Amino acid sequence: MKSEAKARPAPRVRGRRLGAFVFLSPGLTYLLVLLLVPLALVLSYTVFQRGRFGGVVHEFTAENFTRLIDPLYLGVLGGSLRTAALTTLIALLVGYPTAYLIAQLPSRWKTIALVAIVLPFWTNFIIRVYAWIMLLSGPGLVNSALGKLGLGPYELLYNQGTIVTGLLYSYLPLMVLPLYSAVERLDPQLREASANLGASAFTTFRKVTLPLTVPGVLTGCLFVFVPSFGNFVIPEMLGGSKSTMVGNLIRDQFLKARDWPFGSALALALIAVLVALLVVQAWAARRA
Amino acid sequence: MRRSKLLYVPFWATYVFLYLPIAVLVVMSFNSGESAYTYEGFSLKWYGELAADERIRTGLVNTLIVAAGSTAIATVLGTLLAVGLARHTRSKTLDALALMPAVLPDLVLAIGLLVFYSAIQLTLGLYSVTLAHALFSMAFVAAVVRTRLTGADTSLEEASRDLGAGPVVTFMKITLPQLTPGIVAGALLAFTLSLDEFVIAFFTIGNAEPTLPIVIYSMVRFGVTPKINALAAILLLVSFTAVIAGQRMTRIGESRAQD
Repeated sequence: MKSEAKARPAPRVRGRRLGAFVFLSPGLTYLLVLLLVPLALVLSYTVFQRGRFGGVVHEFTAENFTRLIDPLYLGVLGGSLRTAALTTLIALLVGYPTAYLIAQLPSRWKTIALVAIVLPFWTNFIIRVYAWIMLLSGPGLVNSALGKLGLGPYELLYNQGTIVTGLLYSYLPLMVLPLYSAVERLDPQLREASANLGASAFTTFRKVTLPLTVPGVLTGCLFVFVPSFGNFVIPEMLGGSKSTMVGNLIRDQFLKARDWPFGSALALALIAVLVALLVVQAWAARRA
Repeated sequence: MRRSKLLYVPFWATYVFLYLPIAVLVVMSFNSGESAYTYEGFSLKWYGELAADERIRTGLVNTLIVAAGSTAIATVLGTLLAVGLARHTRSKTLDALALMPAVLPDLVLAIGLLVFYSAIQLTLGLYSVTLAHALFSMAFVAAVVRTRLTGADTSLEEASRDLGAGPVVTFMKITLPQLTPGIVAGALLAFTLSLDEFVIAFFTIGNAEPTLPIVIYSMVRFGVTPKINALAAILLLVSFTAVIAGQRMTRIGESRAQD
């Protein structure tokens, strides 16, 4: 009893459904099995007890969360926040002018300057961190240069400053790229108009350029903050034993102490901080 | 527009900061002395020692196996996912889900996978690392391919459908050929990311023979050795060549597209 008009769209709709199934199901199955199920497991472990020999005993406890607010662990969490925030701030202060200048270069140089920003990023992460051990360690280049000036030697490794340097070195490109695309997209006529109306270069920057690039600033900050916050390799290699960040704690709970429930609770705290930041970023980007 | 000369200070500082450590590594890799810190003249001996190092050779082979395997999985699944997301659904949730492995901190992915593998009692090894690498690589492939799809002209696909072709035929005959540059770019990205990935491999390799980044990590922890400088110089050369070649290829691809 179907009318002609109703029958016609049917194959298209069926094709669409079939297409959605054929194309989406393999990838979504992969994501379900290797992302969502694992995350759900980690989440569920936060309320269970650790087994005597590692592993998880399925008995409820709130202990993992009460341990989180122990000043010792809160201190580590706060310290990681501070280190990541400091890294992000410096990356922004150095990255903004760099991105701004790159965007003004003639197009040939622009490409070269951009490739040169990303190039170090494509070499092995551990080796890039190792390079700083070479530079900063006791007999390293910086100390021998200082020695020629009659200074030092200083202990340049194993403090918060070294960790920030390492994080900055690893993630600065992630700040410059979004900033560059934000500045690049600006209409130069807006700045010309501002200058013609008598604004100084600084006023133009403050009133025109900066507000229009806020989304790029937020993206860059997020790109630098997220990997800095949960990092455990850089604090371990450049920070020494005293400087533990939340990433080191999580790693140790999983691979050394084998306290998976508490490790999961720490990971949940890490995710909570990042989700909070994402929400703030989305809110600020919408207002910008 | 006038601009302040002061801007050049952070600009050049950035480049010095990025390249000074690398330059020191490369220079020191040609050192003839035993010390990793004082340069005593030119020599290639550390390259020789590097070539003779069994652990590094095995690590390199393992890294290549994992990268090839995970790139293959990620390219197929990521491409299908990108087409599905761009052409067959409007769900923002699925979009976000597909990107999630690229956005989540690697440490979170790593512990999730470790917990999951242990729950299903999988013996860890190179294949568990391969499956793990494919997870985040897939997200990057999907993102790269999607960018091309959103910019692409859909009239050919519509014509194909109007002429009665099903979604699979349309994909094979029309979409896939159009997408090839994007898929190649995504696959290259997936391969490079896997070569360098450390945290997830560190958690999901178990007691199996490690990949190269893990070998380097354990060598560095035992102290500074000039052998690593030589390895660093070679890896730098490889990745610099790859990036510049990739840059050239996209430029050639773009100029062809404009013709």
